[in-house]
Amino acid sequence: MKPKHRRLTFVVIGLGLLGIAAALILSAFQESIVFFHSPSELAKHANLAERRLRIGGLVEEGSVNRSGATVTFRVTDLANAVTVAYTGILPDLFREGQGVVAEGRMKDGVFVADQVLAKHDENYMPPEVADSLKKSGQWQHMRQSMEQAGQIPQGAAR
Amino acid sequence: MEAGALSAFLAMGGYAAYVWPAFAVTAVVLIGLLVASVRSVRCREADLARLRAELREKSEDPTGEA
Amino acid sequence: MHRYANPGRVLRLSRTLVPWLGAATALLIAAGAYLALVASPADYQQGESVRIMYVHVPAAWMAMFCYAILAGASAVGLIWKHPVAELAAKATAPIGASFTFLALLTGSLWGKPMWGTWWVWDARLTSVLILFFLYLGYMALHSAFDDPARGAKAAAIMALVGFVNVPIIKFSVDWWYTLHQPASVFRIGGPTIDASMLLPLGVMAAGFTTYYFYVVLLRLRAEIVAGKIKALRLRQVYG
Repeated sequence: MKPKHRRLTFVVIGLGLLGIAAALILSAFQESIVFFHSPSELAKHANLAERRLRIGGLVEEGSVNRSGATVTFRVTDLANAVTVAYTGILPDLFREGQGVVAEGRMKDGVFVADQVLAKHDENYMPPEVADSLKKSGQWQHMRQSMEQAGQIPQGAAR
Repeated sequence: MEAGALSAFLAMGGYAAYVWPAFAVTAVVLIGLLVASVRSVRCREADLARLRAELREKSEDPTGEA
Repeated sequence: MHRYANPGRVLRLSRTLVPWLGAATALLIAAGAYLALVASPADYQQGESVRIMYVHVPAAWMAMFCYAILAGASAVGLIWKHPVAELAAKATAPIGASFTFLALLTGSLWGKPMWGTWWVWDARLTSVLILFFLYLGYMALHSAFDDPARGAKAAAIMALVGFVNVPIIKFSVDWWYTLHQPASVFRIGGPTIDASMLLPLGVMAAGFTTYYFYVVLLRLRAEIVAGKIKALRLRQVYG
């Protein structure tokens, strides 16, 4: 074997092993790499409710309630939903039907958040285009086709 | 462009404090890197020319003491 | 590939291409900035703040593109002892680091008004920060040895090891729940950006790409000339 072939084999095998090692490490730390949990995960794993965590999902349409400085809303992943209470300034992108991530802990069945972040989706378009999509009824269709294509993490913010 | 349209453009719908710094920083970093790169090429090419001239002089110098 | 192992040939190529690349870069970025700031619509959700996308996204693409070149050139340099590839990797690192820095900074300026935070430790943001440190580490390692050849070799190995991070950045938004949204352009099923916004994005990305080739050829020329100076100095001392 010529030296350059030896070096090539060495690099290829080295990178392959490195990739496998990285994949193993990342899957082992899966739990700490996720930025938030979905309401369904919260419902399934009772131990999640005992610690401080972030939950993410969509702000349920019609669920936003403001009373004084405190705002309550429901975060849904379309299967399960959690009521969130938050006192503070909401980000500009916070709105019904949009993605949101709240950080805090469960208290008497309500998720008391001390930070609320808005999550935006991968759609970019001018307002007129959005309006005409909604009018022609293609809006919902687009969402569904994206969900089917697996573009939306299951139960995650949309 | 009339004054109203210009100030609306500069205001960026209330996001001026984020949009303009983003573009400004991009311009500063890209131009800065370009200028530094052009300077280092010029500087090194000048060095090389000087060194070659020195060596030529030396080889033409019969005493070899230059 | 071996055609370009000859530094003289690369110098000549650089001299021919640099003026054209410079002109193309100036034109594309000027047109891109006009399209991005003036001639494109506001977003239906994000309003005018969406214009930050036109620098943030191309900078982030270039950050990964430069790393791919850095790793590729390092591999060629290590395996085939290709002298110009080694220098090309060295010339690419500061450009990639600059693009990564810009992606992080403009992302922060976009995140504050939209998400409500300058920074979060989600998988996408953290992996891009690691990319920035990889560039800095590469440059530091390159100059950390008394013997430049050993420095180049150590840095090249680091660049190859760090390449694992590139697919992690790309797919972080699909593999884990992140605050950062999934891909809008390079995705299965086509882009989810309206054509009126895709155009300025494309023009800006093209401008950033020619900028990379423009600056890397300049820096490569500086490296080759520095090598010649060193060789001449040695001859002056020992010859």
